[in-house]
Amino acid sequence: MYAFNYHKPKTLAEAQALIGKLPEGKLLAGGHTLIPTLKQRLAQPSDLIDIGGIAELKGLTVTASAVTIGAGTRHDEVARSAEVKKAIPALALLASGIGDRQVRARGTIGGSLANSDPAADYPGAVLGLGATVHTTKRTIKADDFFKGMFETALDEGEIITKVEFPVPKRAGYMKFANPASRYVMVGSFVAETAGGIRVAINGAGPCAFRWAEAEKALAAKFAAASVEGLKHKADGLNSDIHASAEYRAHLITVMTKRAVAQAGG
Amino acid sequence: MATVSITVNGNKVSRDVEPRTLLVQYLREHLGLTGTHVGCDTSQCGACVVHIDGASVKSCTTLAMQCEGASVTTIEGLAKDGKLHPMQEAFREHHALQCGFCTPGMIMSAVDLVEKNPGLTEDDIRHGLEGNLCRCTGYHNIVKAIAAASKTMGR
Ligand SMILES: Cc1cc2nc3c(=O)[nH]c(=O)nc-3n(C[C@H](O)[C@H](O)[C@H](O)COP(=O)(O)OP(=O)(O)OC[C@H]3O[C@@H](n4cnc5c(N)ncnc54)[C@H](O)[C@@H]3O)c2cc1C
Ligand code: FES
Ligand code: FES
Repeated sequence: MYAFNYHKPKTLAEAQALIGKLPEGKLLAGGHTLIPTLKQRLAQPSDLIDIGGIAELKGLTVTASAVTIGAGTRHDEVARSAEVKKAIPALALLASGIGDRQVRARGTIGGSLANSDPAADYPGAVLGLGATVHTTKRTIKADDFFKGMFETALDEGEIITKVEFPVPKRAGYMKFANPASRYVMVGSFVAETAGGIRVAINGAGPCAFRWAEAEKALAAKFAAASVEGLKHKADGLNSDIHASAEYRAHLITVMTKRAVAQAGG
Repeated sequence: MATVSITVNGNKVSRDVEPRTLLVQYLREHLGLTGTHVGCDTSQCGACVVHIDGASVKSCTTLAMQCEGASVTTIEGLAKDGKLHPMQEAFREHHALQCGFCTPGMIMSAVDLVEKNPGLTEDDIRHGLEGNLCRCTGYHNIVKAIAAASKTMGR
């Protein structure tokens, strides 16, 4: 790791002021993406601004219409929340499958979304449920948030404060996890929402994306059989040592079918 | 340099360290607590697991500075008055180790798993160990030991 200065602001306003005047600085949340990156010397921030002590970013609230999760809330808290399990079981299930128990004890939803790792879980739920990402500057709709591999709509120094997930009529999430790392090779988040059917695919492409063809088929009939005959094209999907683009395309159908079945379709 | 104060195994300690110091370095190099191991240094293996404020975490993926004011328990802090913790005792009894390199992290993860989850099934235990790798035992005896400790710990 290269050397850096360390700051631990107590409020969001302080954090924002710091990141504003430290152009080479970086926010540190759970550190479970950033610290491994620093250890490999793949980044060299001048300063780390640890937002782990900011109470405003923590916790979750559940109402009849939405689950709102503070950016600094750890995966484990979402996975274990009885209220989240009741309101959006697929979201709690997704959180309970991120990495391992130790990763879930530190990693946060804000860090996961800001990073937009193609193999991350949360982007599936954000896009699948049509969530709204709140930041220190504005609100960003899920459909506008993910821009590419490790790329989001966030500006330099913009801090995610919370994520608001509308409660769907029903939803399901299935992933094919890499057998060694447990990271997503292909995941499918299917939801019947007030605005219609949404199908978000993570792990397969540079960032999470919606699968329009499956949405249409499921809108006609919400049943696993509706997606059986569909095949996503392999063009543009990730191809690496873990899986070829063709294999990922195949898994998109399989995971979507299983997600629909999990949602009761 | 910055001063980091942490309560480690019940004792309040302070050390001047560089901000880039990992918790595992703080424990091993600054406090001489070498029971916590570094197996991979890439956040995968769990040999470095300790408890921070009651949660099992990978100390190779945590900065010491993030733990300012926190309470940390390492493998050295489990035995009380010369008596092994029930989990340590179960690992000994069930031959849950061979080379022993993974054992400190395995035991710290296991204690946290059992304390938070009453009535663990074998499946729960295997899934609960996803963050800990063992290259020797094949896990069978580790799972047996944890199941046994779950009973002796009254869970
Ligand atoms: C062994 C291992 C296995 C894992 N497996 C999985 C898995 O299966 N699925 C999965 O989804 N993830 C997995 N992860 C990643 C894990 O979920 C990370 O914790 C998460 O992606 C990043 O969250 P963090 O809080 O640790 O962020 P950090 O590492 O602290 O930060 C990540 C990035 O986000 C930025 N950032 C953090 N918070 C904010 C914010 N509020 N606003 C704006 N920018 C912010 C930081 O500046 C940094 O660039 C794994 C990690 C490890 C180490
Ligand atoms: S040394 Fe920390 S996870 Fe391997
Ligand atoms: S006993 Fe050797 S690595 Fe587990």
